[in-house]
Amino acid sequence: MLNKIFFTLAFMIWANLGFSQSVLEETFYQSGKINVVIAIILVILLGLFFYLVRLNKKIDQFKD
Amino acid sequence: MSYLLDCQTFCILTFGEINEMMKNWWKFLAVILLTYVTLFSLLTPLVPGGLSVNINEIKKGENNIEFTGYNTHFNAEQAHLRCFISVGQQWIEGKVTNIESDAKFRFSVNLPDTLPSTQVAFYAYTPTDGSIYVSSAVGFSDIVINSNIKLPELKNKVSNEEHQRWGFPFQPILFETIRNLMFHVPMWFTMFFLMGISLVASFKVLSGKWEQDVIAVSSAKVGLVFCVLGLITGSIWARFTWGTWWTRDPQLNGAMIVFIVYAAYVLLRNSIEDENKRARLSAVFNVFAFILMILLLMVMPRMVDTSLHPGKSGNPAFSKYDLDSSLRAVFYPAVIGWAMLGYWIYTIQKKLETLKQASHVE
Repeated sequence: MLNKIFFTLAFMIWANLGFSQSVLEETFYQSGKINVVIAIILVILLGLFFYLVRLNKKIDQFKD
Repeated sequence: MSYLLDCQTFCILTFGEINEMMKNWWKFLAVILLTYVTLFSLLTPLVPGGLSVNINEIKKGENNIEFTGYNTHFNAEQAHLRCFISVGQQWIEGKVTNIESDAKFRFSVNLPDTLPSTQVAFYAYTPTDGSIYVSSAVGFSDIVINSNIKLPELKNKVSNEEHQRWGFPFQPILFETIRNLMFHVPMWFTMFFLMGISLVASFKVLSGKWEQDVIAVSSAKVGLVFCVLGLITGSIWARFTWGTWWTRDPQLNGAMIVFIVYAAYVLLRNSIEDENKRARLSAVFNVFAFILMILLLMVMPRMVDTSLHPGKSGNPAFSKYDLDSSLRAVFYPAVIGWAMLGYWIYTIQKKLETLKQASHVE
């Protein structure tokens, strides 16, 4: 299930990158490039959440 | 009696819980610091600045120029808006012809056939924004350069001071992404902090306390997470300011090597069965990895002349603002806050590694 969601998302992102490079550029260059900051904050948050969820799972395995 | 009962029912926290909170005071501090950092790094405005002029060549006689600013108030301050061209240390005033918006106006300026310098900059002044400028390389047509020439003095001078209000500095190319300073840079500080913990633990392992290996490996693992986050965020930032996801910058390549070396540390450990031997061998590896990290990230980029990173040799991008108080007020708490969060995650990772070790011993 999780795999399916992941691949669907990855495919969507890849497809968007392929077809709309200019849209991507526009989004990140407009309004003083503020969206670059948003993207970076999201990367950090999602990265840490992903890591913590995985850590939590691994610790839970030892409880049994 | 009834009073006491009431107290207990309405008291949200028990003594045990309060005691637990007191012990974890630094976690609250981390949350407060990072909340402050996120809020202020996003809400502090950027000071006004000059974005661009639409001219590549200036000529003798009348020049029509469009000036684009950022966060400026040209329209709101139209009665006080003035514009200048600076040539070397001297000034020529232009005449505002059309104000399109707060961020854009047109002006015309009459230039003589002889100018004192090839260094030309375009200035706009309003009382709210101060003096902002665009310095772009321009060509000259029908104009002779003679450094001895004296241009007529301006009648009404304005102060040549930049914006005085609170805000992050306006930097060409960077613009709003200067806020990444509070997110991308502390990732590396946190990594250094965690790898430092790992190094100290490794020294202890080498002096006989091999159970300290748990600390060394868990802090290195979390440090690696921050290393990856630093690489990804740096790559995104580079794409939209330097124009490429990755360049041959010594800092970038050094960071990649550090990542590979520490990844090797974490992975190769598993290949040694005997716990005592594993602890000692990986401690030696870790000491070398730390030395390599210091050399690659702190020493090397300062010795070569090709680093794009600010503060390194050959690039003074931030130097003017290194001591800017508006950035410092958020940057220092950001470094401490992220480092504390890194330490927090490390304590959780340590729990896992301790459990792993205990299950192995059984």
